[in-house]
Amino acid sequence: MSALIRVLGFLKPYKRDAVLAVVLLALVVGIDLLEPRLVQRIIDQGVAQGDMQMILGTSIFMIVAAVISALLAVVNTIFSVRVAQKFAADLRRALYNNIQSFSYGNLDNFQTGRLLVRLTSDVNQLQMVVMMTLRMLTRAPLMVIGSISFMLITNAQLATILLILLALTFVFTMVFVTVARPLFLGVQKRLENLNQVLQENLAGIRVVKAFVRRDYENERFDKANSDLMKQSIKVGGLISVLMPLMLLTINLSTVVIVYLGGLQVIAGSFTVGEIMAFNSYLLSTMFPLTFLAMMAGQVSAANASAERVVEILDSNPQVQDKPDAIVLPLIKGRVAFENVHFSYNKDGGEPVLQGINLVAEPGQTVALLGATGSGKSTLVYLIPRFYDVTKGRVSIDGIDVRDVIQDSLRSQIGMSLQESVLFSGTIRENIKYGRHDTDDEEVIAAAKAAQAHEFITSFPEGYNTMIGQRGANLSGGQKQRIAIARALLINPKILILDDSTSSVDVETEAKIQDALRGLMKDRTSFIIAQRISTVLNADKIVVLNSGRIVAEGTHSELMRTSPLYREIYDSQLGGGVGGKE
Amino acid sequence: MARSSSDRESRAPVFRGPPGPMRGRTIEKAKNPRGALVRLLRYLSPFRLRLGIVVALVVISTLLSLIGPLLMGTAIDSFIATRDAEGLLRIALLMVAVYVLGALASMCSGWVMVSTAQRALRSLRKELFEHIQTLPLGFFDKRPTGELMSRLTNDIDAINIALTQNVTQLIGSVLHSIGILVMMFRLNLLLALGSLAVFPVMAGLTALISKRTRAGFRNLQMNMGRLNANMEENVSGERVVIAFGQRKAALESFDEINYAVRDSATQAISYALLMPPLMGILSNVAIAVVAGLGGWLVLNGLATIGTIATFITYSRQFAQPLRMISDIYNNVQSALAGSERIFEVIDEKPEYQDIPDAKPLERIKGEIVFDHVDFEYVPDIPVLRDVSFHAKPGQMIALVGPTGAGKTTIVNVFSRFYDTKNGRITIDGRDISTINKDVLRKQLGVVLQDVMLFSGTVLDNIRYGRLDATDEECVEAAKLANADAFITRLPKGYMTELSERGSNLSQGQRQLLSIARAILAEPSILILDEATSSVDTRTEKTIQDALLRLMKGRTSFVIAHRLSTIRNADQILVINEGRIIERGTHKELLQQKGFYHNLYMSQFKGKNNDEEILPELESSDYITGDERPNQEKITP
Repeated sequence: MSALIRVLGFLKPYKRDAVLAVVLLALVVGIDLLEPRLVQRIIDQGVAQGDMQMILGTSIFMIVAAVISALLAVVNTIFSVRVAQKFAADLRRALYNNIQSFSYGNLDNFQTGRLLVRLTSDVNQLQMVVMMTLRMLTRAPLMVIGSISFMLITNAQLATILLILLALTFVFTMVFVTVARPLFLGVQKRLENLNQVLQENLAGIRVVKAFVRRDYENERFDKANSDLMKQSIKVGGLISVLMPLMLLTINLSTVVIVYLGGLQVIAGSFTVGEIMAFNSYLLSTMFPLTFLAMMAGQVSAANASAERVVEILDSNPQVQDKPDAIVLPLIKGRVAFENVHFSYNKDGGEPVLQGINLVAEPGQTVALLGATGSGKSTLVYLIPRFYDVTKGRVSIDGIDVRDVIQDSLRSQIGMSLQESVLFSGTIRENIKYGRHDTDDEEVIAAAKAAQAHEFITSFPEGYNTMIGQRGANLSGGQKQRIAIARALLINPKILILDDSTSSVDVETEAKIQDALRGLMKDRTSFIIAQRISTVLNADKIVVLNSGRIVAEGTHSELMRTSPLYREIYDSQLGGGVGGKE
Repeated sequence: MARSSSDRESRAPVFRGPPGPMRGRTIEKAKNPRGALVRLLRYLSPFRLRLGIVVALVVISTLLSLIGPLLMGTAIDSFIATRDAEGLLRIALLMVAVYVLGALASMCSGWVMVSTAQRALRSLRKELFEHIQTLPLGFFDKRPTGELMSRLTNDIDAINIALTQNVTQLIGSVLHSIGILVMMFRLNLLLALGSLAVFPVMAGLTALISKRTRAGFRNLQMNMGRLNANMEENVSGERVVIAFGQRKAALESFDEINYAVRDSATQAISYALLMPPLMGILSNVAIAVVAGLGGWLVLNGLATIGTIATFITYSRQFAQPLRMISDIYNNVQSALAGSERIFEVIDEKPEYQDIPDAKPLERIKGEIVFDHVDFEYVPDIPVLRDVSFHAKPGQMIALVGPTGAGKTTIVNVFSRFYDTKNGRITIDGRDISTINKDVLRKQLGVVLQDVMLFSGTVLDNIRYGRLDATDEECVEAAKLANADAFITRLPKGYMTELSERGSNLSQGQRQLLSIARAILAEPSILILDEATSSVDTRTEKTIQDALLRLMKGRTSFVIAHRLSTIRNADQILVINEGRIIERGTHKELLQQKGFYHNLYMSQFKGKNNDEEILPELESSDYITGDERPNQEKITP
């Protein structure tokens, strides 16, 4: 529960409103508890003694009380909802803020999907509990205690018998909730199975069709479908048996009241009005009681949510500005790696980079080659300080990247990452993402250099074309070109292209290369590519293997000195697949 | 009395998952509700008898629940008032019997309804899924996967809720309300009129508030949509946000939307939650009226105390079904809208129209002829124009050209994913339009760019190529595909479960699996869409080796992106804007100095020392696949 309590700390600014809501609720309960008493008065005193004055007076009083209680309840609702929504908004903001402060290392630990679930479902779950607590959860115990006390005062003997029935109902509900929960989860799980079959089938429909696997797929679906049906029938059956049972216990309690109460009336120790009041109190106990039993599950779910939320709140960004960090002055672009070691796991995990020494002079183009997992991306990620080195240092113009404010560092580095993520908005807005204060001319120039201008202007809306979520309406190559334009627009001194033309066809890639060549002249550039043709022109080609630099030099140098380089070269531009002499 | 306001909400959390508010409640309406209803009922018609039983049971349990309060009144008037202890026992036992029978009837009706509805839903889902399997690719091009998913999940779920919960509730509620009315008026006309006086007010309030609530929720849902989109985007694009130093901007845009959600949620949910207390007040007022007016009537000999007791119980019960009816109405509306969308899919024409006198396809040699083929996806926008070529058995045909030129379309019309507009395509001299699609596709082996893996083990995924293959055959295929090496290194080897569509495998590994799958299928003709996004060199070589083995002796079409593949093709078809503009072998095409030559050169254009590289390329032919140096020797 500690996680839940901590998250509920977000209610602090709204303590006054929350307390007010609870106080109002208590008043409502008080008035509501009075009502059966008043009915009883009308019957036992008014009717029995023929006192019309009192009947009229009491019933008017009841109406007034009902109106007041309803008004109080309305105010309570408004306060509760307001508090809960403010709580949710604050919590969401705190989470979002923390996620935004994450560094790449933190993001590696959380998957996007999981982060989003926490921001949406978990926050929602918690908001729900806050609202329920303010509106119902405090009402239920008050109602139960009040009703029981009234019953005990009026007729202790009958009340005791009813208490036993009430206790049974409570236990019964608790058992039901515990039994039902796994069954419900079972339905959820089978539904997920079904959805997975469906998702895979739809996403892979070409393969399904190409391999003529219709019958097989139908069978797979049918199985998941039948499983879901069986479980749903089980759960539905349980509910349809238990709901009437619960209602039955309440109704039977009524019979007990009428019978035992009736006997006491006959004996002269009880009144008809009291029977009716008892019946009312019974009902106002029974329902809150079952509600409480069910809330137990809700609260434990909320605690699980709270734990997930706290996990985010407690994650500190792995890369942080030093307290005395300076703003990086305008750089020339000399990047130096000095004996850099790096591993993703700070406590001595597998080393990803080992003993890297590499200098890129201002204006040089450095190309990185190597197998997947050889550490190319990691190496360039150290320049904008997406991660901190484990040992050694990375410096720009001699300044350690750890000594400067992150944003000032990154504002001078243009990057196009492996996966070109775009944002919803127009193409223009996306290109201007890194620098808002630019005019259209610069945007167009950047797009031209990235070979994006042509296809952008072929759209009816040109630069104003709206990009669907994450660029759904663009091809992979188009997205990559917009991402390159975005990186170029900030006019960076250091340019990093991480495999950023992989989805572009060869011809277009060559054009991009051409255009970039001019642009790279006074920038230090780092290029990661799989196609060797992309890197032939680099001032320096660095071949990485298992986190170490195994060869370094120009193309012609490496062709002579590095067998690994030559192998890569031959496999792509040499004999290749056919080889059928 | 707060009971009527609390019990419905108190049931909500467990039985329906978290209660509604934040889930949003836009109520959609079907375009033709009656048509949808009639068709939906057709799915229930096999269960007519069961449904008849359900209705009968609901009627019984409702009637019994109406009798309960009546008996209570009788107990007070006829036995307690007359001090008849024996009679009281009798009527108490009668009450027990009535309540128990009512509970039994309601249990049975619920159970029969649930099992019937679930069966009907299963057959609806089944029909929908099986129908989707028969739809042509064009159908899927038009609709994103997510949209189809929602048909099969959300829309079916809407029907589910309406069927399993609402049908019985609806019958029960209506009957209950009518029954109470009848009972009240029969018992005491004046008291009935008095206690019902407040209900018109209640109905008006309900209408007013639900209108506000709906508007509020529409607004909330819009803001929620914006918020979710914003979070989705900035959290999944977080790395870019960081890279461009845009954290502050991201937070600002979030703040604005977050507060909009907060405010609209406060408004919408407040309105929604106004209902219970207002309903509570009205039933409390009704009780006050019953007590006051009833007392006066008793004094004047026009009613009994038992009647008052009965009326109080009825007044409490009356409001509830009424409130439920509006909820139920909305649920039924969205169920109908959902089923309309489902029927839309079911009404789509399937691609399979079996040719009545189709002869079975003999073992084919793989001679393929395209004879003046034209094709368009959308009328008047030609995608293929007058495409003709002749592939001899065993040849490798490379399709080369810029994106959007029509390479994939050639392969698509050949697989009969789409039918040609003009011209014909033959295999071994036989027109493919006279071959059943399934029969044709069984002859084709496909390795697509975007490798599609399914959840299940590695072995299952290979076996997808031929379902009756033994484990040994699968392993053999994996070996031929060069996939065995990495598979055996996986924690559980061939039995390793693939996570979400193979996300625990690298791109290259997934391609190898898909090659193994194609090898296992033993196709006569091979279609290969080379991946554009590159894998690392080592893996690439492994893949190319495997492909080479796969292509041996088979006619193959390769949508080629790699020079090494293209150079070895028997025929290169250069495609641009839907036409074959050049054809020939690599050498021939280079000599033509045309489009292909430019395409080829563009890879090296700008390289300062062209002369140095090009001759080298020409001479590097000496390295053949088999002679290439072993990897281990080179690894430093």
